[in-house]
Amino acid sequence: MEVLLDVLISRVNYWVYIVLMMIGLYGIIAKKNLVKKIIGMNILQTAVILFFISIGAKKNATIPIIEHGHDAAHTAVTATHYINPLPHVLMLTAIVVAVATLGVALTLVIKVHQQYHTLEENEILERIREA
Amino acid sequence: MLHQFPAIIVVAPLIASIFIFFFGWRNKQLAFPLAMGGLSVCVVSAAVALDSVLRYGPTQYQLGGWQPPWGIEFRVDHLTAFMLALVSLLGWLAAVYAKKSVEQELPEKISLFWTLYMLLITGLLGIIITGDMFNLFVLLEVASLSGYALVASGRDKAPFASLRYLIIGTIGASFYLIGIGYLYVATGSLNMEDLRMLLPDLYGSRVVQTAFVFIFIGFAIKIALFPLHSWQPDAYTYAPSAVSVIISTAVAKTFVYALIRIIFSVFTLGFIKEILPVFGIICWAAAVAIIIGSIFAINQYNLKRMLAYSSIANVGYIILAVGLAPSSSLGLTPAVMHILNHAVIKGCMFMAACGFIYRYNLWDIRQFAGLGRRMPYTSLAMILAALAMIGMPPGVGFVTKWYLIRAALEARGYVFVAVIFASTLLMIVYFWRVIEIMYIRTEKEAILPGGGGVNEIPASMLVPGLFLGVLSFVFGIVWISGTLHPFLGAINTGFGLGGTP
Repeated sequence: MEVLLDVLISRVNYWVYIVLMMIGLYGIIAKKNLVKKIIGMNILQTAVILFFISIGAKKNATIPIIEHGHDAAHTAVTATHYINPLPHVLMLTAIVVAVATLGVALTLVIKVHQQYHTLEENEILERIREA
Repeated sequence: MLHQFPAIIVVAPLIASIFIFFFGWRNKQLAFPLAMGGLSVCVVSAAVALDSVLRYGPTQYQLGGWQPPWGIEFRVDHLTAFMLALVSLLGWLAAVYAKKSVEQELPEKISLFWTLYMLLITGLLGIIITGDMFNLFVLLEVASLSGYALVASGRDKAPFASLRYLIIGTIGASFYLIGIGYLYVATGSLNMEDLRMLLPDLYGSRVVQTAFVFIFIGFAIKIALFPLHSWQPDAYTYAPSAVSVIISTAVAKTFVYALIRIIFSVFTLGFIKEILPVFGIICWAAAVAIIIGSIFAINQYNLKRMLAYSSIANVGYIILAVGLAPSSSLGLTPAVMHILNHAVIKGCMFMAACGFIYRYNLWDIRQFAGLGRRMPYTSLAMILAALAMIGMPPGVGFVTKWYLIRAALEARGYVFVAVIFASTLLMIVYFWRVIEIMYIRTEKEAILPGGGGVNEIPASMLVPGLFLGVLSFVFGIVWISGTLHPFLGAINTGFGLGGTP
């Protein structure tokens, strides 16, 4: 029991990311509405982003800004005092990618709606088969 | 100037795409010359890259002067130079082909088409040349997003097909990103060369093994490996002609290359041989892809759709070759050969197939009667490519199959030899059908409008197709003659594989 609790609580950030990712994949696979699929896709991307954000965190560390940076060259900087900024910077790019993907996806949804007058996947497939 | 080629080859198409967007807005006529200018710079830079690799061996280029592993670096080795040359040349030929077909299919969106096309090329060349895992992800998304938009500009089902492609492709990209995250957690580095040196101590770690699986599945989606291929046939079929040509050749091959690069440059041979012996499974997946892809292709009457399924089978060939690489002395030779071979053949076939659509709006093979006489040169290109793919010596398909069978025999994978023979038979079935209807059946010839004379597509569409058709035999002879074997040997030794072919 203690081991289980340890696994659950000490790695809570990973569990959150896994649960979010599964919600996202479920949305993509199980939902018939195209917009809901896209929401699922976005949750999946957000899950990955949160995973990256969480791996930068450290205990008892602060934001990675060195006070009086310009004349701090002779005082040693201890990496453990600061959280790791690199994953956060990477995720800035990943967020941009996610936004662009969402934009393209919503544009396509509008085009699909203009063409078939519905957003339900099964109805669209029916219309394609009729044509 | 010349030693800056790794930066120029990525920046030139990017700048061209921005210029096309602004100048093409005012004057549509400027879009095509600007695009050709950018692509020509790429072709020249790729030639410089090849020359530099042949003379001085692998080189690296630090962007902004930042030392790796902190900065992003571009690495140019033999395989990189080979892929750069292939993709920029195909991009150039497809652009020549695209001019007329875009004017017909997307008359209002010419400048936007070229903007996206150049962005796609930027992404592809970037994926090939980069030496950084995260940079690869960003460029992968640059290429993919412009690919989705280009596919969506087609007709009929195109937006819906593109939306599916987008959602499935995004799952693939997310999986790849998770894989990068795991590798970063384990090593603290994103540079490929750095990872290669840091990883061996951590091969036993579950995190690293999971990262490999995530990255492999992510790319398997992007390259449409068999059970993950469902987005591909619709996307290839409904995309505009020029887009079908480029995504079936350059895009598909670049993603395959990225997978090879990560398997052999980041995880290395030791990992896949000793820690995670997944190559048996990969071979089997590829074998299933070859057979199923070919069977589906036989069932199609829509020519573009048939070619799309045939692409699934051919990606199977490449992945089978990758899977056999560690256990045979040929190494990656068959895989590298088939990357080029399939790009040349499929490019030619899609150019011909879209030529039939351009002239007569013919999609269905059953209506092709008499086409051999009406469009003799386009049909000739189609037949050259079909013969090369089936494996008529000295076509490129023959060379691929010959080397693959040798590799399979050496690895004692006799089943795979049978698979290659079976798929050849299936290929004969579906290509013979096309040839038979085009040349031999004449009873329904009257269906084609516009008199009985020759009615060819414009020269700018015909010449690239014929050129690739001829190349598919020229390269067969070049491969057989062994001129390029030292080059292939250098690729293999770069990855610690095999000996000379």
